[in-house]
Amino acid sequence: MTASKPPRSLKKKTRLGENVIQAFFFFCGFVSIFTTLGIVLALGSQALRFFGEPDINPIELITSIKWSPNIGEIGIWPLVTSTLMTTLLALLVAIPLGLAAAIYLSEYATPKVRNTLKPILEILAGVPTVVYGYFALTFMTPFLRSIFGTDIVKIYNMASAGLVCGIMIIPLICSMSEDALRAVPRSLREGSFGLGATKLETSLKVVLPAALSGVIAAIVVGTSRAVGETMIMATAAGAGPNFTFNPFESAETMAGHIVRISGGDIDYNSIDYTSIFIVGLTLFLMTLGLNFLSRYFVNKYREVYE
Amino acid sequence: MKNNIASRNRTAKIGQSVMFGSTLFALVALVALLLNVVNRSFGNVIVRREMEASAFSPTPLDQLSRDDLAALVKRIADSDDYEGLTRGAYRRMDLEKPFAERSKDDIIGIINERLIKEEVVTSFTMWQTVFDQAGMNAELAKLNKSLKVGSPEGRIEFRSWINSRFFTQTMGSVAENSGIRVAILGSLAVIALTMLLALPIGIGAAIYLEEYAVKSRLNDLIQTNITNLAGVPSIIYGMLGLFVFVRALESFTSGAMFGITDSNGRTVLSAGLTMSLLVLPIIIINAQEAIRAVPNSLRQASYGIGATKWETIRDHIMPAALPGIMTGTILAMSRAMGETAPMVVIGASTFIVSDPTGPFSKFTTLPIQIYTWTAQPDEQFRNIAAAAILVLLVTLLSLNMIAILLRNRFSK
Repeated sequence: MTASKPPRSLKKKTRLGENVIQAFFFFCGFVSIFTTLGIVLALGSQALRFFGEPDINPIELITSIKWSPNIGEIGIWPLVTSTLMTTLLALLVAIPLGLAAAIYLSEYATPKVRNTLKPILEILAGVPTVVYGYFALTFMTPFLRSIFGTDIVKIYNMASAGLVCGIMIIPLICSMSEDALRAVPRSLREGSFGLGATKLETSLKVVLPAALSGVIAAIVVGTSRAVGETMIMATAAGAGPNFTFNPFESAETMAGHIVRISGGDIDYNSIDYTSIFIVGLTLFLMTLGLNFLSRYFVNKYREVYE
Repeated sequence: MKNNIASRNRTAKIGQSVMFGSTLFALVALVALLLNVVNRSFGNVIVRREMEASAFSPTPLDQLSRDDLAALVKRIADSDDYEGLTRGAYRRMDLEKPFAERSKDDIIGIINERLIKEEVVTSFTMWQTVFDQAGMNAELAKLNKSLKVGSPEGRIEFRSWINSRFFTQTMGSVAENSGIRVAILGSLAVIALTMLLALPIGIGAAIYLEEYAVKSRLNDLIQTNITNLAGVPSIIYGMLGLFVFVRALESFTSGAMFGITDSNGRTVLSAGLTMSLLVLPIIIINAQEAIRAVPNSLRQASYGIGATKWETIRDHIMPAALPGIMTGTILAMSRAMGETAPMVVIGASTFIVSDPTGPFSKFTTLPIQIYTWTAQPDEQFRNIAAAAILVLLVTLLSLNMIAILLRNRFSK
């Protein structure tokens, strides 16, 4: 039947259906851009509204050390320092343990052991943070109080929240570092063994430096997780901003503050409402910076092996 | 410089033990976390009751059928022997909702509340229950001594805080009468909506990035942006949801646009929209990996026999990438299930007794219940928080197990 038709043009045919489908997929990809724009718009516009309030002096944000926006005290430091304190404690736990576990899994463990241990670590990574919060409050806090005494350790304290947060990010640091370590080619290890190095020396002085960019990226991502961690802090670190460097004191972190203020019926025109957006903006910029930093380390210092 | 081989070998040995110990620590932490939860989900309690169920029913209440229970309540009310359940009280309750229509749990609840009047005074952990008999007895003796003469004495009983009533009850002001029914339904509603919204968009975005996108500034930006979004703390998504869905689009998310007037923007719909944005990067990244793993020969063979791009994607790439996409979907689901912070920020209700009825109803979810109960000072609330955690963890573990099985089954 087609024989009677004129010969087909070899030019690319435009198909309307195909174009519609492609447009839909492009829209899907673009949703993520909208999300980012939405975040920036939401945080930015409310932060501007906050600074537009009559008795707010923007410079106080970084010069004052008191946070209670209701009475015009807007020094964000108490929230920032407690966030940094808990993050530091978390890293003190997570970096050595996560890294050592990564070295063990990649360098020492037999395939059989690794195949049993890795899924267990993955389970630990999949536990919701609210469960870690419960663990911090009902296990870690009593534990710390029994060691250091109930006078020194408050019921809500940064130490308990920070340590448990550290346990939470062990799997993250471990699995990202392990990937980096395993990517180091075998020839490097064998060269080291051939020179008479022990397994430990090979792991620490040859494999680890070769994988350093990936390991640092893992640590930075872990830091970003600890900074943004909310439920553990809201449950165990305490309510109310407190400018202190004593880990056994209670002090509210940035994320914990946002959760406490926004939970319950908040008046959209109150200064409490706009103030959580300035805290959110600070938090967002901090984690964004950390994420860029991690990408920078991977790209800049990656050793490429053929 | 120490080059002594023996000492270097010793260091190596010690080093190995340290590494192994660190790995073990993670396991110990997981075990401690689970034991801590189990420890508080079961255990003895000291209860006081105004009367025992055996006073008016020879068979235990939960072994009676619904009709028997209704008849029992009627008999008690008719006899007018008990102050808690008089004829008048019965008539009032029957008017509220006829006993013929009430569920078994409902009727048992009424008997408990009006006649038995059970009160849990103290709860013990599993550990105390097994190893500290003397301590528990001392506590009981102390309590009974402090009671007035004639008031009911306490007694020690074993209690599993996870029981059938825990699943069917709504929230209550005391821990023993609180359950997770509304929270489970809320979680399911939010997750269903989240997946409904996030799956098509996520898979679509992955297809675009892997199959259509040419190398350009814009496409690079989209890719970088998705990676960045995956690292944004979940609470920031909560603030996005609060600003955009709860407030700016309130007339849509509260249902006012569709003639629903008794609600504000803090609905299942807002939560679903927020959560779908949150899980989108996870779905996209996993789907991208799955699509990338489909061998190029498949595409070329399909083009070779004259299929269009969409036909190739629909008939060849999607089926091959499906297991990988499903794994990512399940991971996203379990993430959405455990997420708490954004839900609190967009303002889920913490005390709510009615089931969610649709996208425009108020809601609460399981993690929010756990959070609110953990924050209560009462020891019994910690018990039911532990019980709820156990329910949540079992659900998540089964989801993850399915994901791992899928991955192992199809990874070839």
